[in-house]
Amino acid sequence: MMKHPPEGIDQGRRALLGVAVGVTTAVVAPGLVLHAAALPSGALAGAQGTGPVTDSVRWGLLIDTSKCAGDCRACVDACDRENGLDLQTRPAGQSARAWADQKAVWVRKVKLADDLTGRVTNLPLMCQHCEHPPCVDVCPTGASFKRADGIVLVDRHTCIGCRYCMMACPYQARSFIHEVMHDQLSRVPRGKGCVESCNLCVSRRDHGAPSTACADACAEAGHHAIVFGDLKDPGSAISQALKGSPNRQLREDLALNTGVRYAGV
Amino acid sequence: MARALISAVLAALALVGALAAQVVLAGDAQGYVKAGSRAATHGACVEPTQYMRRHHMDLIQHQRDATVYQGIRGTRHSLSGCIDCHVGPGSDGHPVAVNAEHQFCRSCHEFAAVKVNCFDCHDGVPKGGPLSESAQSAMDAATQQGLGRGAADGSVRSAREGQGQ
Repeated sequence: MMKHPPEGIDQGRRALLGVAVGVTTAVVAPGLVLHAAALPSGALAGAQGTGPVTDSVRWGLLIDTSKCAGDCRACVDACDRENGLDLQTRPAGQSARAWADQKAVWVRKVKLADDLTGRVTNLPLMCQHCEHPPCVDVCPTGASFKRADGIVLVDRHTCIGCRYCMMACPYQARSFIHEVMHDQLSRVPRGKGCVESCNLCVSRRDHGAPSTACADACAEAGHHAIVFGDLKDPGSAISQALKGSPNRQLREDLALNTGVRYAGV
Repeated sequence: MARALISAVLAALALVGALAAQVVLAGDAQGYVKAGSRAATHGACVEPTQYMRRHHMDLIQHQRDATVYQGIRGTRHSLSGCIDCHVGPGSDGHPVAVNAEHQFCRSCHEFAAVKVNCFDCHDGVPKGGPLSESAQSAMDAATQQGLGRGAADGSVRSAREGQGQ
């Protein structure tokens, strides 16, 4: 039997392996380098994360009806623009009157007239963001819920469109989307078969904006009838106003502890 | 020596061939990404491509619940982030919805025969931004004056910086 001498290294084999590695490296390496270079520098960086909302705040509104003008719709229009409600279109064949009843509305202007005295009071009425919301009580799927910061809203992913919450709400604050939607705003997705209502401009809340569209519009119109703020912060403008002058909840007999309060009613 | 060289070249070719197959697979994925979209300028998605193919729906759904219930608006795994990056221009230069025919979401979902219903409610084109113009101007004014709500109590939650919308 022949035995290879240890010093007899096969130089041909060594050359072959060397050439093979060299050729492969030359072909592959530029690809790898390019691939690494193509990774976007920011894409894998950490998100500009914001933490979960907490119950250290409770958002609310105070509406001074004595400052609310009867012919003004600034808050309603601003809400429509902010939340894409002005992008709804009347279905073909539906009467204007039926459409007015059916289209989604987050803020309604309500006129109260006292038959005895003749006194007229105007006020915007929206979701009252109850501490104990009846809509949440009745929701069969858990789609209707109250966020930690007191905002009552609908998870459209879970909403089955039964409209039980619309029946339960004492303020008639909720709307149902009857038709297929197109061209929604990115910040307010909306689709057929779900219930929705005022969410205190939740997109603004999550981005740290100071106010709601309705409060801004009311101030811009010169009325300053709507104050938005944190009910839990004793120093906030809304807390000061609530403490300083008479105000009440609508349907306070229901003991819902609403986040929206009214002065002058 | 000539035989050795031929063997070396053959071995190298085999290696290159194996790698080329991977490149072809990756090229296949690139085929769904629309030219002109921001995604086409990136080499990778927010996670590796293979991972995104299999798990993007889980990431989006997780982000969805965090956003709806906890108000977390990070863009990393959000549907609006997908739309921002993958929306491409049409022949007229206007953005074409990601769920339109031959576009990113639709073409792959059609190939995979999986119905996608994100777009029953979400539009396939970025529109309006995370903040309305009036909210943005109010916020800028508040920031300038240092009077932003919570500037004192630290409850201002940082705005999404520049990404997309």
